[in-house]
Amino acid sequence: MVDAAPETAVANGIAGPAYDEPPIIEVRDLNIGYGGKAALQGVDLDIYRHEIFGIIGPANSGKTSFLRALNRMDAFNTAMEVRGSIRLNGKDINDWRNVYALRSRIGVVFPLPVGLPLTVYENVAFSPRLRGIRKKAELDEVVERCLRRAALWDEVKDRLDSLGSLLSGGQQQRLTIARALSQEPELLLLDEFSIAVDPVTTMRIEDVLKELRSEMTIVLVTNLVQQARRLADRTAFFLMGELVEIGDTEDLFEGKVTDQRTTGYIEGRFG
Amino acid sequence: MAWYVDRAAQVFVFVGGISAIVFIAGIFVFITKEGLDFVLGPLSLGEFFTSIEWRPTSNNPTYGALALIVGTASVTGFAMLLSVPLSLGAALFIAEFATGKTRETLKILVEMLAAIPSVVWGFVGMSIMHPLIIRVFDVPLGLGVLNAGLILGLMAAPIMTTIAEDALKAVPDTYREAAEALGATRWEVIVKVVVPASRNGLLAAVLLGVGRGFGETMAVLMASGHAINLPTSVFDSVRALTATIAAELGDTVQGGNHWGSLFTLGILLFIVTFVINLTADIVVRGIRKK
Repeated sequence: MVDAAPETAVANGIAGPAYDEPPIIEVRDLNIGYGGKAALQGVDLDIYRHEIFGIIGPANSGKTSFLRALNRMDAFNTAMEVRGSIRLNGKDINDWRNVYALRSRIGVVFPLPVGLPLTVYENVAFSPRLRGIRKKAELDEVVERCLRRAALWDEVKDRLDSLGSLLSGGQQQRLTIARALSQEPELLLLDEFSIAVDPVTTMRIEDVLKELRSEMTIVLVTNLVQQARRLADRTAFFLMGELVEIGDTEDLFEGKVTDQRTTGYIEGRFG
Repeated sequence: MAWYVDRAAQVFVFVGGISAIVFIAGIFVFITKEGLDFVLGPLSLGEFFTSIEWRPTSNNPTYGALALIVGTASVTGFAMLLSVPLSLGAALFIAEFATGKTRETLKILVEMLAAIPSVVWGFVGMSIMHPLIIRVFDVPLGLGVLNAGLILGLMAAPIMTTIAEDALKAVPDTYREAAEALGATRWEVIVKVVVPASRNGLLAAVLLGVGRGFGETMAVLMASGHAINLPTSVFDSVRALTATIAAELGDTVQGGNHWGSLFTLGILLFIVTFVINLTADIVVRGIRKK
């Protein structure tokens, strides 16, 4: 796997956020706009290794834009302007001359499952192949491991050669998670992954994410505040392009907030 | 009142849909009827397919179509060698790399190219390509497979480009984003995701180009030299099936043997086109099933 969990966590047998280490992501004065219209303004935050970092907020609050900026997906949308600095492991992501190498270290799971028009097997083998893994046995091993970890192996092991798009919605979303894991990412970005997934599958994926935390850092954008409560170590609340609040998830849910809008949103008074 | 608008719309759409079948069947019946007497009578299939002696107006007429078949096939084949890579490259550039004004301008220009009448292309072949080929390759005649193939290739390219570009654009952007998010470069995304996902459409584009090549008449008539000949080099003149029909049909007696022989060429063209389309259909279905 990528980086081993920090020594302390391994020693204790528990994987927890490494707050005593330098953050994996440092965001400073991040501003995102689309054609001059601001989507996110003046965001400063740090994300630590082995943390599940939740981001909640109503629609159009800038959550997805934030994720896209982390992965430099702004390259797809000429109207998207990103200003400010984002550092991954201390290095500004705009200083990566090879944006593809940067993206290959960051796994992304989109709101609706985007199965590549390939077989189940090829979906998961796509990224390992890009990294130069050619041997069938090695690919087989990676594919099985990733599918197992995404809690999908038992359901698809007999139809690895059928198209990924023939799976059910929930299975497809787990396929995209398996695919993201095949990158062996340091950072896993999930954008409202449970939109198209039934509650039982959602729970299964949530269990998977809790396990994955020992190996990677997870940024979880969700529109289900209870999902953030179940999973996130710390949670940020975005509202209309503003980072309103950031804090320990339990604190936020217990009402220890600096801004009453946070409690208002969590309790469902708006949003 | 809504119900009879709906009913009328249904009938209208049904007539439109069924008309394609009616016309195809009608054309087939018409061509076959005109050619059948000849096919069943004076025609020797052996001669038709193996002889290059096409002398329908001779006192002792012969109807060997081999040279015409080879002529059409060689010109079309040469044209495809040129236009398939050219069109797919152009389509990839327009669909995947060009943005904003470049893209729009290119699209309009390509569509304008597709609208140039074939007689104009034939004119280009005769008055520009012909002397150019003589000068560049130092050959006595510039009308032949090379000239007609180049002209036909350029003619088929715009329509192939347009269809191929549509096929590439039909691939959802989410695929591109997902693949790039996995760390694939633009080129890797194109080769591993976009082209495989659009291969049905790309295949359709190529086959449409082949169909265009088989059916094109005027430009080929003007640029090929229109000489009955089995070509041994790209500089040799050839004669195409279509050009033969166009050039000779006006001089025949309706219902006569010459008339019937030209309709036999028509039946052949019809069958070839039909088989190409059917093959394409089967191939496309085969891919879909997998």
